[in-house]
Amino acid sequence: MSERKELICVNCPMGCRVTVELERKEVLSVTGNSCPRGREYAIQECIQPMRILTSTVRIEGAGARVLPVITEEAIPLEKMDEAMEEIRNVTVHAPVQIGTVILDNLAGTGVKLTASRSMH
Amino acid sequence: MYYDAVIIGAGITGTMLAKDLSRYDLHVALLDKENDIANETTMANSAIVHTGYDPEDGTLKAELNVKGCRLYPQLCKDLDCLHKTVGAWIAAVGEEEEKHLDILADRAQRRDIPYAWLSGDEARELEPNLGDNVTKVLSFPTTAIIYPWEVAIACTEVAVNNGTELYLNTCVDHIEKTTYGYTVRAGEKTFETKTVIDAAGIFADEIAKMVTEDPGFEIRPRKGEYYVLDHDVEYTKHIIFPVPSDKGKGVLAVPTVHGNTLLGPNSDYVHGTVDTGSTVQGLDYVRENIKKTMKNVPYSHAIRTFAGLRPSSSSPDFIIRDCEDAPGFILAASIESPGLASAPAVSLYIIDLLKKYLSLKEKDGAVMTRKAQPVMKNLSVEERNEYIRRNPKYGHIVCRCEQISEGEIIDSLKGPCGATTIKGVKKRVRPGMGRCQGGFCEPLVLNILARELHKSPQEILLDGLHSGILEKENR
Amino acid sequence: MRKYQAVIIGGGSAGLAAAVTMKQNGIDDILVIEKDREPGGILQQCIHNGFGLQTFKEQLSGPAYAERFIDQAEELGVKILLNTMVTHLSKDRVIEYVNPEEGCVQIQADAVILAVGCYERSRGALAIPGERPAGVFTAGQAQRYLNIEGYLVGKKVFILGSGDIGLIMARRMTLEGAKVYGVAELMPYSNGLPRNIQQCLNDFNIPLYLSHTVTHIYGKDRLERIELSAVDENRKPIPGSEQYFDVDTLLLSVGLIPENHLAEEAGVKLDPRTKGPVVDEDYMTNVEGIFSCGNGLHVHDLVDFVTLQAQRAAAGAVRYLKEGQKTKPSVKAEPGNGIGYVVPAVIHPGEVSGTKEFFFRIKAPVDKAVVKAVCGGRVIRQRNRTKMVPSEMERITLTEKELNELDGDLVIEMEEIL
Repeated sequence: MSERKELICVNCPMGCRVTVELERKEVLSVTGNSCPRGREYAIQECIQPMRILTSTVRIEGAGARVLPVITEEAIPLEKMDEAMEEIRNVTVHAPVQIGTVILDNLAGTGVKLTASRSMH
Repeated sequence: MYYDAVIIGAGITGTMLAKDLSRYDLHVALLDKENDIANETTMANSAIVHTGYDPEDGTLKAELNVKGCRLYPQLCKDLDCLHKTVGAWIAAVGEEEEKHLDILADRAQRRDIPYAWLSGDEARELEPNLGDNVTKVLSFPTTAIIYPWEVAIACTEVAVNNGTELYLNTCVDHIEKTTYGYTVRAGEKTFETKTVIDAAGIFADEIAKMVTEDPGFEIRPRKGEYYVLDHDVEYTKHIIFPVPSDKGKGVLAVPTVHGNTLLGPNSDYVHGTVDTGSTVQGLDYVRENIKKTMKNVPYSHAIRTFAGLRPSSSSPDFIIRDCEDAPGFILAASIESPGLASAPAVSLYIIDLLKKYLSLKEKDGAVMTRKAQPVMKNLSVEERNEYIRRNPKYGHIVCRCEQISEGEIIDSLKGPCGATTIKGVKKRVRPGMGRCQGGFCEPLVLNILARELHKSPQEILLDGLHSGILEKENR
Repeated sequence: MRKYQAVIIGGGSAGLAAAVTMKQNGIDDILVIEKDREPGGILQQCIHNGFGLQTFKEQLSGPAYAERFIDQAEELGVKILLNTMVTHLSKDRVIEYVNPEEGCVQIQADAVILAVGCYERSRGALAIPGERPAGVFTAGQAQRYLNIEGYLVGKKVFILGSGDIGLIMARRMTLEGAKVYGVAELMPYSNGLPRNIQQCLNDFNIPLYLSHTVTHIYGKDRLERIELSAVDENRKPIPGSEQYFDVDTLLLSVGLIPENHLAEEAGVKLDPRTKGPVVDEDYMTNVEGIFSCGNGLHVHDLVDFVTLQAQRAAAGAVRYLKEGQKTKPSVKAEPGNGIGYVVPAVIHPGEVSGTKEFFFRIKAPVDKAVVKAVCGGRVIRQRNRTKMVPSEMERITLTEKELNELDGDLVIEMEEIL
């Protein structure tokens, strides 16, 4: 018995509607994607959905109170709460350059959390 | 603390009275249940100083309206408040309504109120958005518009500067008769006083019931709902009324002193006195009925709707008198339209009643005028630059839509009844009154309030004591 | 009065891109005027990713996207006045601005580029009945409080309108510990990008109520409850369909309106469909030397298109500064069947240089359609498209030759393929 999954690719704003055919969790086909990344996304989505996480961390010594941060790569969706918990406990000090690593291994995912802007 | 007079309610009636009493050597307290003065009926009305052609002969309304409106030009000069004589038109549709105009013209004649006639076509020439069905217009060129809460705030400033004590968030819950006069209780606070003036608007009957079983009237609030149009369209230069009916003055188009247009109100009796929400039916009513006299309403320029409660009552007239079996307890109730126009005369009328109980001796040093804070937008470039040189914050525009500077916002927090909330700032200097409705400037105003009042941003309120804006510090 | 070759009003994504392009094209005497304390505009509060896929082939956050242009502008020596509000603009391009340091100043520019952005439709403009408590925010306002100021505006949230900012805030507030009870959309389809439905709502099991609207607001001091109603095909609430949500926060994501009060003061003609100026293929308005781009021209869903159009506007301004106003008669670019609007809306055949993109939105979602550019019954260009939605801006590109040969109005139209 094969199963069909309708997905919206989140890789880019095109938001392609991708159809995946699965049999016992094995991906048989991916259709509707406009690029190879859509196919990768669809396959990954059936195994473990992954998302980029953006948030803010406390910053001291800058005009603003918070610094925007972003994960360098997507992390498992199920890890979001854990990741947010770690982010909540971070305080950084200005100046910060864009791309500065804020956390090295966010929620044990091996993914870096970095500053998504510079702040002086 | 012993007082000569306690005024309950800091709307236009209470604040005007407080100002006028403050020239005498008296100890006066002005109480309001809200977190700011002029926060109920005075906050939400048509802002018109009617000339007094409308009330029936022999009523207090007629007497005080005619007197009150004549006091406004000098009053607004003394208080440095906006007052624009724009003129009002009563637009008749068809012969039946035209006959009614004759009645109004006759009253105006007898009351010495200037008026003039225009044909429908002449009127449309001057007001292109006047409805095509309008056949005749009765014009009252001396009708004016004001900024009601500006006047109330100015009156309060004068009163407080002259020694009146202002108590906000003071909701009167008990009044007891004493040998001296009355004890007024509001939660923890007590006020011993010779006289009480009940100017509590939509709660006037509840307050009166604290001293008498049957005050002889019952407040039946009528809700009025309005649309506000942005000041980028000049929809009407005059105030346009339909011919009045037994239901009231009808749905109007009113220019405001800041160049906006009000459309409304409807008139619905409400159950329970606290419901100031707008309704689908109410706004539909306004849209439907404005068509009687007006056309081409640019609803795409509507920036806000609001609703206000008129403190109407079982009495068709104002109720300004001693409360029966409660000497020294003066009722100033049922002050519905033309209450705003009548306010200066209402105040003098009350003072006449108080003469029985208080000796009114003018005190030395009372100052009955005040100066409004500067409005950058209205100054010349040279004047403005002079202000900015002295204080650069006048050069930092916080509200783009209304072009209000940080310096003006800070000014509004000062003085004897300065703003303490976002709405308080909005009432005094207008950030958030424009087309974006505070979308951009509210966070900036909030930060300025927090900084200047030495509070944390979470402590800053929109309006009432439980109207916090920010839930928590997120980081 | 100080004179500039070009003054750009607004230092957000459009203004910065325009400034950089002008500098790169040899126009040195330029000034950018920004009301905020730093450049970057609304991008600074859009901390989510998804910006720059077309411009940089990367997925940047809003601030990171802005920083690229800020850095570039700095390298090129673009002069940016911060904390400065433009208060007046005249048709002969006299600009009055005010700031704390200089006070009120008048300057004149040979070319003005309006890059002032847009503002959010407020509750007032919607006329939602009910009380006026604290706790009702536009989505962008709540976003600013959260991402710039660092404050969460509430714990129990409902969102009216499925615009992208609302969807982004649904996710953002959920991640910060708030409970988002749902998103209501008046139309039978979402107004946000499909990817945001997935990653902001579906990922967090937040329900989307299509054909629903908020019909009452309760709460004297702080919001206590909202009434949600289903609407019929005429978008009127259906009696008996009411549901209630006890929430302390209502976010409004119900549309953006181009800010054009300066433009109107200068006599710029607006298109009632976009609420932005009517511009020609060089993004010049009907007032000579005044150009418009960014969300002040028409509301975009992608910053990449803002950048692209700002670059086109800047190139147009450069051409104008060098060659003066176009003199040949113009034709219109008009929306035809199924199309909501077209930008740019004026073309000067015979004076067009380079290919030009025409941006448009369709009126209602369509599964499969052919989009055509037509002139006097002659199809100049056509493209098959699938799954078009009004929330995604579309474009069709015409060559210099095609445009210069136009002998009448250009119509962009759509035909559904069944």
